[in-house]
Amino acid sequence: MESKLLDSVNTIQTPEGVDIHLRVAGIWPRSVAWVIDLLIRGVIYILLGFLAGVLGDFGSGLMLIGFFFMEWFYPVLFEVLNKGMTPGKKFLGIQVLNSDGTPVGWSPSMLRNILRTVDFLPLFYGLGFISMLMNDRFQRIGDLAADTIVVYYNKTAEIQGIPEYAEIKPAYDLSLEEQQSILRYAERSNQLSGARLHELAEILNSLDVPAHSMSKEKLLGIANGLTGRK
Amino acid sequence: MKQSEFEKKYSAFWLELEKKLIVEIPQTTGNSLIKRITADPELGEEFPENYRLLCHHLSLARSRHYSPLLVERLEKLVINAHQIYYKRKTHLLASVLIYFTSGFAQSVRKEWRWVLLSSILFFGSFFGMLITLQYYPDMVYTVISGEQLANMESMYDPSQDKIGRERNSGTDFQMFGYYIFNNTGIGLKTFASGLIFGIGSIITLLFNGLTIGGVAGYLTHIGYTSTFWPFVSGHSAMELFAIVLSGAAGFKMGFSIINPGRKSRLRSLRDSAREAVYVMYGVAIMFVIAAFIEAYWSSMSDIPSIIKYVVGSVNGLLLFSYFIFAGRQGAIR
Repeated sequence: MESKLLDSVNTIQTPEGVDIHLRVAGIWPRSVAWVIDLLIRGVIYILLGFLAGVLGDFGSGLMLIGFFFMEWFYPVLFEVLNKGMTPGKKFLGIQVLNSDGTPVGWSPSMLRNILRTVDFLPLFYGLGFISMLMNDRFQRIGDLAADTIVVYYNKTAEIQGIPEYAEIKPAYDLSLEEQQSILRYAERSNQLSGARLHELAEILNSLDVPAHSMSKEKLLGIANGLTGRK
Repeated sequence: MKQSEFEKKYSAFWLELEKKLIVEIPQTTGNSLIKRITADPELGEEFPENYRLLCHHLSLARSRHYSPLLVERLEKLVINAHQIYYKRKTHLLASVLIYFTSGFAQSVRKEWRWVLLSSILFFGSFFGMLITLQYYPDMVYTVISGEQLANMESMYDPSQDKIGRERNSGTDFQMFGYYIFNNTGIGLKTFASGLIFGIGSIITLLFNGLTIGGVAGYLTHIGYTSTFWPFVSGHSAMELFAIVLSGAAGFKMGFSIINPGRKSRLRSLRDSAREAVYVMYGVAIMFVIAAFIEAYWSSMSDIPSIIKYVVGSVNGLLLFSYFIFAGRQGAIR
């Protein structure tokens, strides 16, 4: 089944008793998202500065209040009101969630963003990086305190059927793992070239498989048999 | 039941849910498959039931070892539905009302030990410096540079007709913005850096206590009392206590790591951080109120000092009665 390799998948059990798998985002995508947000904020800072120039003292008051909100609440507003995604995170396809997979509310979001100050220490997210490397969910200190995680946004898989072939009964009972591999192969067959599909099928010839002329067609036929297509 | 039969039976149901939960968004990255949950899907009353049925289908698909892609599809549907189903509903207005009528004061009282420690550090260093400077005025240079002092001196020079910060009516708003940006920022940083075993809280409290005490002590020593004290009297209670509370909230987090009790350190930090940030909402508002008073009331130089002192005392009294009496009757939040 699932390989036991080093992986960023986090399994969460919902109250309904089913497991859902969330893929936590590492340092790189989060840094890039941060930089994008920084650029967006930079543009807004410049606009605010421009406003201050036009409106004089009143404008610079507005500018400073704007700076304050941008510095502390820009991420909070987006995270709470936009499914855990600041514009930078959205661009990278990542989102902030509570560690139980539910959307973040005001308190956790405020906490993780105020505690950015600590993550930033001693300079340029030093503690944050160390913290992210030290746990298996890439949580910076703010995430640890607020119990939040940053995960890849759940992209919906395109619905693809298995191409239809005449059912073939395999020569012997396939193990679960083998069945799953063949099904995976069949489901991905639309995305691979015919030559590659043949190449993959031929790997099985070198194994001690009774059917000595394993081919794409045979594998797909077995897959059809497994899903029980009529 | 074979997979295809299962799919045939329920695919209409899944498709319908997918349509409700997921909408295409314009392509943002290279992957055209990115879709997302609609902002407010019309899910209907049967959503909880549908959601549980969906979870059931996912478990069935997993336990019957249906194809990975089907399992994946169902799982993604479940993840999306899960996020909507378990979204915490907040009644913002109600919780704000409860917060300011009782919750804020209650949690400050509950943390009185940290508030006390924070007060001792801040007001101790403040008054310590202030009193020391009356006898050893040169000590002021240990905490404030000569340049800053000269600046302060010119601001509060009684021979000037505009005291406080040099200003006309147009700059009031500018100063309001500055105080919010600067003071509230300091408060939030004090809180955050308290997480590091309380060290951040200690440093900020002592630093601010010593510098503010230094300025006050120095200006008092050189006899600028008629300008300095009336200026600061209006907002000082609000502003200084907000700093103290920021420190206290920071201590609470820091100490939770040092002494987690029976919990794990992480668990302990999480629990205390949640309570500490709850206090910080009110503290941020206190800073904003203080900024408002400082920008619009304290800067009015044509009001007699005695009135400023009275207003300042009333402000202080109101603030402390709020923290002592608010929310005594109500249940703890």
